[in-house]
Amino acid sequence: MPTHPDRGTGPLLRVTDLVMRFGGIVALGGVSFDVERGQICGLIGPNGSGKTTMFNCISGIYRHGRGDIVFEGRSTSGLPRHRMAGLGIGRTFQNVALFNSMTVRDNMLVGAHHRGSSGFIANALRTGQSRAEEAAAYDGMDELLDLLDLRSVADQPAGGLPFGTRKRIELARALIGRPKLLLLDEPAGGLNHGEVAELGDLFRRVRDHFKLSILLVEHHMALVMSVSEKVVALEFGMKIAEGTPDEVRNEPEVIRAYLGDAADDHAA
Amino acid sequence: MQFFTSRAFPWLFLAAAVVLPLLFASDYRLFQLTMVVVYSIAVLGLNLLTGYNGQVSLGNGAFYAIGAYTTAILMDKLGLPYWATLPFSAVICAGVGFLIGLPALRLGGMYLALTTFALAVATPQLLKYKAFENYTGGVQGVVLDKPDAPFGLPLSQDQWLYLFCLAVGALLFALAMNLVRGRIGRAMRAIRDQPLAAEAMGIDIAMFKTRTFALSAMFTGVAGSLGAITIQFVAPDAFGVPLSLTFFVGMVVGGGASIGGAVMGALFIQFIPNIADEISKAAPGAVYGLLLIAFMFLLPGGLASLIRILSGKKRTA
Repeated sequence: MPTHPDRGTGPLLRVTDLVMRFGGIVALGGVSFDVERGQICGLIGPNGSGKTTMFNCISGIYRHGRGDIVFEGRSTSGLPRHRMAGLGIGRTFQNVALFNSMTVRDNMLVGAHHRGSSGFIANALRTGQSRAEEAAAYDGMDELLDLLDLRSVADQPAGGLPFGTRKRIELARALIGRPKLLLLDEPAGGLNHGEVAELGDLFRRVRDHFKLSILLVEHHMALVMSVSEKVVALEFGMKIAEGTPDEVRNEPEVIRAYLGDAADDHAA
Repeated sequence: MQFFTSRAFPWLFLAAAVVLPLLFASDYRLFQLTMVVVYSIAVLGLNLLTGYNGQVSLGNGAFYAIGAYTTAILMDKLGLPYWATLPFSAVICAGVGFLIGLPALRLGGMYLALTTFALAVATPQLLKYKAFENYTGGVQGVVLDKPDAPFGLPLSQDQWLYLFCLAVGALLFALAMNLVRGRIGRAMRAIRDQPLAAEAMGIDIAMFKTRTFALSAMFTGVAGSLGAITIQFVAPDAFGVPLSLTFFVGMVVGGGASIGGAVMGALFIQFIPNIADEISKAAPGAVYGLLLIAFMFLLPGGLASLIRILSGKKRTA
């Protein structure tokens, strides 16, 4: 595994020339971008542009082809999925993937799993190590329950709770693992107008409080544009724009990708 | 009814389980209760695998058989005392369970159920296999001696055996309770509920699934050892498909992902067939089936859910 000299100083995440093919279909055709420390980066694009594919490559679900993904100066290519959390990459899921039969608190404790290392035998015997880890897993739990307004449901099974609450549980579960990079897959999906409005503010608070970076894959343009410091736009697996929200918003390629060639049609 | 979920309850239950049968139970009833302890351990073993971790096994009877034969052979051929055979049985069964857990990783849901079922089908025939006959006794099986109470304790053989099995069972239940309420148990359930998210939380699914298989096999194997000592006899045809399905029934009736449910499931599989037999000598199987359906209909979450309902606690496991 190549170690890069820029650990600790360079960008938190560097994606270089990333290619992902599914059979003959090129889902990503050589995309590069960086996410800086403490940055909220939005990844946008129409359906089928490769946003979710990129997300899955970074979180280790897909094995990409050419190119590299470097996190804190270290390539994550080829690492098994379960190693990502330990490196400091946390995530949420588009369709909310909670442990439904478990309480909200237990869901969050699973989020702290990678912070411990005690095994079957240590836990069965309740050794000092396993008890210390159990206590440490609760670190930050109260704070998160309050921050995400989950205290009243903390001891309920996650399965029966409303969708908006479930999304907050997922966020809490990711945050208790103390990620350096938080990957959010369409966090606004399925939320009502008011809930989306609160989301942008929540992301900024979370970023400032936990000193992490956020990579946001999102359809909801207003949310991405209001919360991101940097936006990367994809279309057909290629990067068509990168920059501040204003720069990207005014990029002709982006306007065309989202509005089609309607302007041209109109002129003709 | 918070009583059932309090921390003192397991201790009170254990105290009652030690004292009451010694005072009131006949030798035959003690034998039956000893088998309840044995089945509790086996059902618990299956529950850790299937209830907590979501790996459906219809073949845990095979591990029970390996445990039983390990004890029988060590006692019969090597003259080991009954108690000294348990660690061997635990280690051998854990090893076998781990090995079976490896291909199980590739088989999800119903395919795993089918594969483990095949294991249950094959077990009696493997035990009869000619090449092992010197050890296994072939179709005849192996007859064992019933242990006496040690240190001149004023206990009958049945009383001593009951207490011995109860002690082993209490130890294993304590280990399982520790396990499922901490980090490991949460990871086991997380894998069952949502494997992709479990992986994203840093859980190594392959490692957990194979170790859970080993754990399940170990519990079930020790149950098999205790069962062999209690029945004083092992023979191939006792370890076929019906045994594996009996454990499965015990787990479902008791309640999946419930430690206490294992005891209730064991009571069910030990006593309900007898009760069915008393209700109808002509068709005990049909009565048993009806009782089973009635239980499932009235308590879809298993007997353990009854306690949760009584104590007003929502299901969380």
